[in-house]
Amino acid sequence: MKVRPSSNPVTETVSALLIPFMQLYALYLVAHGDLGPGGGFQGGAIFAASLILRAIVFGLDAEEERRYESLGGSLAAAGVLLYGGIGLLCMARGGSFLEYPALPFADPKTAYHLGIYGIETGVGLAVAGAMLLLFMKIAGSRDD
Amino acid sequence: MTEFIAAKYQYWVYISLMMIGFYAIIAKPNLVKKIIGINIFQTAVFLFYISISKVDGGTAPIHWDRAVLYDNPLPHVLILTAIVVSVSVTAVALALVIRIYREYGTLEEDQILRGRRENL
Amino acid sequence: MTAAFPLLAEHIPALLVLVPLLASVIIPFSPAPLRRAGGAVAVLANAAALALASALALEVFRLGRVTYRFGGWAPPWGIEYAVDPLAAIMLLLVAFVSFAASVYSGAAASAEVAHERLPYYHSAALLLVSGLSGMIITGDVFNLYVFLEIASLAGYALIAAGRRRDALVAGFNYLILGTIAATFILLGIGYLYMAAGTLNIADLRERLPHIYHTRTVLTAFAFLMVGFSIKTALFPLHIWLPDAYTYAPSPASALLASTGTKVGVYAMLRVTYTVFRPEFDASVVPMKTILLVLSSAAVVYGAVMAIAQKDIKRMLAYSSVSQIGYIVLGAAIASESALTGSLLHMINHALMKASLFMCAGLMLISTGAEKVSDLKGAARRMPLTMAAFTAAALSMTGIPPTLGFVSKWHIALGAVEAGLWAVVPVVLAGSLLTAVYFWKVIEPAYFSAPAEGHKPDTPAPFWAAAPAAALAGLGLLLGLAAWTPAAGAARAAGELLLK
Repeated sequence: MKVRPSSNPVTETVSALLIPFMQLYALYLVAHGDLGPGGGFQGGAIFAASLILRAIVFGLDAEEERRYESLGGSLAAAGVLLYGGIGLLCMARGGSFLEYPALPFADPKTAYHLGIYGIETGVGLAVAGAMLLLFMKIAGSRDD
Repeated sequence: MTEFIAAKYQYWVYISLMMIGFYAIIAKPNLVKKIIGINIFQTAVFLFYISISKVDGGTAPIHWDRAVLYDNPLPHVLILTAIVVSVSVTAVALALVIRIYREYGTLEEDQILRGRRENL
Repeated sequence: MTAAFPLLAEHIPALLVLVPLLASVIIPFSPAPLRRAGGAVAVLANAAALALASALALEVFRLGRVTYRFGGWAPPWGIEYAVDPLAAIMLLLVAFVSFAASVYSGAAASAEVAHERLPYYHSAALLLVSGLSGMIITGDVFNLYVFLEIASLAGYALIAAGRRRDALVAGFNYLILGTIAATFILLGIGYLYMAAGTLNIADLRERLPHIYHTRTVLTAFAFLMVGFSIKTALFPLHIWLPDAYTYAPSPASALLASTGTKVGVYAMLRVTYTVFRPEFDASVVPMKTILLVLSSAAVVYGAVMAIAQKDIKRMLAYSSVSQIGYIVLGAAIASESALTGSLLHMINHALMKASLFMCAGLMLISTGAEKVSDLKGAARRMPLTMAAFTAAALSMTGIPPTLGFVSKWHIALGAVEAGLWAVVPVVLAGSLLTAVYFWKVIEPAYFSAPAEGHKPDTPAPFWAAAPAAALAGLGLLLGLAAWTPAAGAARAAGELLLK
């Protein structure tokens, strides 16, 4: 994306309207993952898609490209660390890896739900980060 | 014969798709087309998994008051994982292809191989 | 250690996979100072994994079997990690070699990998170790597939990191073949699930004998075997291997050659002896005969091709094809002593090939030598490297008292016990041919004068030379004290063949 794409009022207006709703939908999917269809992977993918849509429609300058890449990397790492961290926390509390009821919450049921939320959030972050990173590596103009 | 084909039609579909993908991997000289072939090849196997999860009269494996029978959700979950794996493979393959293009200036296998032979 | 941290001891199987995985995401995405110290982080993570693997091995050899349930779910609903003596030996081997390789990489990877890619290189190496450990430790066939793909993806990246542009093509070719293999394995697992309705290995072992003769199970077995044969580079499915190991950076070649293909063989053993039982082979498919023929061909073909090579690393790569032949040969004979020999040869080949590839990297660093012909008088220019190379070559050939002798002895003994006299000349001929191609390197290095007017040599960094020498030395040491590894391998082999 060396060149800013020619601005088109239709795509720009539609995307500007769409992007916040996409992100909200992504969050809904992550939060809904333990009871119905949805989950971290789908939510993360849609969240990344919203940012990629922004990049495609509005273009990115060099500074933004750098920021997108570092955002992708940190999100991906944070997601994996969150996932691993919750697993390790379960272990430290005497359960096995990802045994949510061992988490420090009031009762096992709450711990179970919150544990899955945490895991889904981790997956979502990792997927969104990885997709952003891949998009930037494949479509970006930075060379490394 | 027709009954034999119709009774197991999902296998015919997945085997045909798999062979189309396999053909593209082997016969297409363009590296991107090879990647597309790999994707078709993998998708065929995903379809196979999904087809074996179907239960006669079953609904989607989502909690629902009116459902009596559910399809087996396990293959769905496995394939979700396999799709993620397949996306990662595609991403790595595309990243390699981009670097190959930068180094060789072409994505046609025969030209790349010619370049390598001169090198040796 | 196990007594002091009961909490930790219980979780070792999970931690063995987690520690390298978390370290591999931390390195490339951390702030700049830590990223520059990526090599040190990798060494630390590998040291931790090595300590865990040693503790686990002690535990397994004391208790016989250690299992771990993920999320507290009982198998077959949850994913289970199961460690038997064979898995414990393999885990220890992978952890040890990857620790040595990470020490080597920290000191020498910068010679062959571009500076800005180094953090990603260390990260991919750790990811490979995490994937391989997962493949060894898991008790669930689908989980095995996922870890196989994690390890493979890291492997493609490691190979493509080589300094020549050919590395990219080699990586891409391996990616295509590796993905076909992995998809075959996925398909095989699908058929197993379809037939038996479970993915847990112990469960499959119980349920499959009733349906051995169904076509579904046969199809599953065929797909799994072809898939793992590609992954282990068993002749004639080895074609990805020579290019991949030649063009990969030397530390990556050392790591991949010594661990990647071994874990492929391990997975093959798991499928043939644990998922399916030994009698499946006897009663249903002549798999044993097929593997015997292919692996014997591999032993001879790999060695002959190695003799014909001019490039040092390519020679070592073809040597790998030949040695994998030995390992599969021992496994295919399927008697206890042959399987013991096969496991010992896995250990021998992993340690020695890692050392040899490290030596190849050291030769490149100190004299720029890549071809066998560049090595005239090399022993005078780099005595330590050539000494390590020679020691490793001796063990690879199977000269007593090295570990290579013990392993090949067991394989030949197993063949004789099983009445497979035709295999004995293959074992001997393979050894002779191995001696020929290593002699081609050693002879000019020791008995020719250095070429006139060569460029001044760069001394090899100490921490790069040390692991190469240590691994080669270990081959001699384990050969002299062969009863320890042999007893462990015999126990693992015995349990694997248990009906």
